Amino acid sequence: MIKNLINKIKEFDTAEDKERRSSKLYGKAALYNTPNQITEAAAVVAGSGYKKFDVYTPYPLHGMDTAMGMGAPKIGYVSFILGITGTSLALLMMIWMSTIDYPNIIGGKPFFGLPAGIPITFESTVLLCGIATVLGLLVLFSKMPKLNSPLNDTDFMKHVTSDKYGLVIEADDEKYIESDVLKLFADTKAYEVQDIYFRESNLTTKTPLFDKKFTGAIIGTAILTAVVSYFTLNYVLYDVVPFDWMRQQGRIDSQSKSDFFPNKSGMREPVTGTVARGFMPYEYAGMPDSAVKLLANPVPVTKKSLERGQDRYNIYCSPCHGYFGDGDGRMRDQFPKPPSLHTEKAKNWKDGNFFHVMTNGQNVMPSYAEQVSKDDRWAIVNYIRALQRAKDAGETDLEKAK
Amino acid sequence: MDYNKKPLPPVVGKIGFGLLGVGLLLMILAFVVDTKRAYFDYLWMYMFLVSIGAGSLALVALEYLVGATWSTPFRRISEFLASLIPLLVILVIPLIFGMHDLFHWTHESTLASDPLLQAKEPYLNVQFFLIRTAIILFIWVLFYFLFTRNSMKQDISGDPLLTKQSIKFSAVFAILFIFTITFIAIDWMMTLEYHWFSTMFGVYYFAGTIVAAFAAATFCSVMLNENGYLVSKIKNNNYYSFATLLFGFNVFWAYIGFSQYMLIWYADIPEETFWVMMRMKGSWSYFSIGLIFLHFVIPFLALLPRSSKVKPKLLVVMSVWLLLAHAYDLYWIIMPSYFTEGFVFGWSELGFLMFAFGLIITVFKIRAAKTNLVPVRDPKLEAGLNFHLN
Repeated sequence: MIKNLINKIKEFDTAEDKERRSSKLYGKAALYNTPNQITEAAAVVAGSGYKKFDVYTPYPLHGMDTAMGMGAPKIGYVSFILGITGTSLALLMMIWMSTIDYPNIIGGKPFFGLPAGIPITFESTVLLCGIATVLGLLVLFSKMPKLNSPLNDTDFMKHVTSDKYGLVIEADDEKYIESDVLKLFADTKAYEVQDIYFRESNLTTKTPLFDKKFTGAIIGTAILTAVVSYFTLNYVLYDVVPFDWMRQQGRIDSQSKSDFFPNKSGMREPVTGTVARGFMPYEYAGMPDSAVKLLANPVPVTKKSLERGQDRYNIYCSPCHGYFGDGDGRMRDQFPKPPSLHTEKAKNWKDGNFFHVMTNGQNVMPSYAEQVSKDDRWAIVNYIRALQRAKDAGETDLEKAK
Repeated sequence: MDYNKKPLPPVVGKIGFGLLGVGLLLMILAFVVDTKRAYFDYLWMYMFLVSIGAGSLALVALEYLVGATWSTPFRRISEFLASLIPLLVILVIPLIFGMHDLFHWTHESTLASDPLLQAKEPYLNVQFFLIRTAIILFIWVLFYFLFTRNSMKQDISGDPLLTKQSIKFSAVFAILFIFTITFIAIDWMMTLEYHWFSTMFGVYYFAGTIVAAFAAATFCSVMLNENGYLVSKIKNNNYYSFATLLFGFNVFWAYIGFSQYMLIWYADIPEETFWVMMRMKGSWSYFSIGLIFLHFVIPFLALLPRSSKVKPKLLVVMSVWLLLAHAYDLYWIIMPSYFTEGFVFGWSELGFLMFAFGLIITVFKIRAAKTNLVPVRDPKLEAGLNFHLN
């Protein structure tokens, strides 16, 4: 008897009833058994003039969009526009990289060769087009993520995600009249009809994206993945052969042996008589007298050439000769001290004499022909003259300068 | 299913015979006036017929192999087009007589003075060349008869086991087709410049072949269906499938063509680039740029929108367009070996093109007169008639 009573109370006050008393009607949901039934039902519902209805199936059904009266899909335009964007971005990127940012001649091709750019353009087009299609479908057209749909966690949703085909007509549709809807569902051979209720307080508008736990889990995973991959790749797998970080290469290192060539030398010799680009042989090697007599300074004394001479002098000459030609450079006490450039002898030297010493070398001073170009050597000569003159500056010079 | 066989309108036969007759006259005249040029034109026409014939047979096999149902109501059309294959055996004979004019490598003097040719001689000699051609044509003829025999038998008996058997044939043919189409492309077109080689050449021709075969099938299917010669005017997504595959294979053709060009451009080695340089000489450069636009860019843009894939008129235009584009493509492959200074398109070329189209139409007409235009008792037909994509 008590059991009966409890049952009666339960019947009287089921969770469903409680729900019904405290919540609003979202709509009427019907479940169907076969794809053909649901397609026909969708066509009937659309034909009856309902606007706020949707169909839920476990998998995409062909012909559903026409049955629901949805017209031609617009997603193609999104794909097309983003595809074109991908094409243009890829082309602009490559043109900028290869002609403006870092122009390189590769294999004698122009800086930007269109054939070489086509594969990247193609990939970029497909990538943007694909992403646009997927995101466009989900976000623009399906308005996802719908996190607070009243259908969530209902019995209806369980069915339409596994074994049944469902149709929901929302209660706030203009044409919604309960008896009409029930009749329509009955006419289209619905297997089961349910009312869907919801509480407005349950419809949270908060996105779980900013939930502490959720964000924490994402950041934690990211850090963990980064740390684990860093240590795995750099310490655990570093010496494993498939990950040898390109240390094993088939090339021949310079100065090393190679069995490929008959003389077993890895390096090739230039063809006999090869001359380096811009190289001019020095005619007066070992002939200081002729050099002094015949060489004339081709570099005019200008501000520019003097600055160039100063620059080169400070780099190549000053370590021994000192910044002002006194022979007290930074190498003093470690190296024989060179003579001062301000002696009478040096002052009376012709330009060609300095040039010859720089080109040919003298005593412990080696030739600087390799390091300093011909014009730069003449510019240094000009600068030395300027140094010599500056050392002799007297009070009268100030008057003259005025 | 309500199929009533109607004969094709007489105008089809008239167009076919007209083109065939005028084409044949011009062909004979061409051989009298300039034999060498006529042989090159003939090779061009022959390869076009190979594309339609062998390509259509490949489509028939493809339908069996992948179990497609959407194309079953239109399979007869590809079967009719494949009827060119037995004729290819006869049509190859003039080419064999013209080998000396067409192929430099057949000359004894060239062989004696060319070390590269001597190295290729074990493969590239007349006897082996003819044996290969014979084997290829034999395979095509054999499978043409196997497929059509089963299909015809099924019209009477309706035996589903015939479909099963054809599926087995198609599995074998799919592999053989890839080899045969590659070798026919290498032998009859690549060896025109026997120094040149491209491992993508077979695929390039294959892609063009499938585009041409699909274009021919699309044209005939849409025309016949729109005018009510097939089962109760199918209004489903079959056109969409034709257009999608036409579009897809055309993009594939462009992909292969571009890949071949890009690798040659990148490597930039003289034994490969000269073939491209031949196609950039004089007016050929305009012809080459034209190929990109006529065969790829314009059909791509025309067939890209979803809506254009179901417009019968547009499909008719684009399939004829792509058929002509394939002829253009073959002209681009073959003729620079003859017209070395710049392209020429005269009455002689036009005559051969007319003959090719006349022959295709006539063969189609003759086959269509005897046979049902729809495989009426094919087990997949019902599914094909009810075919829906969306």
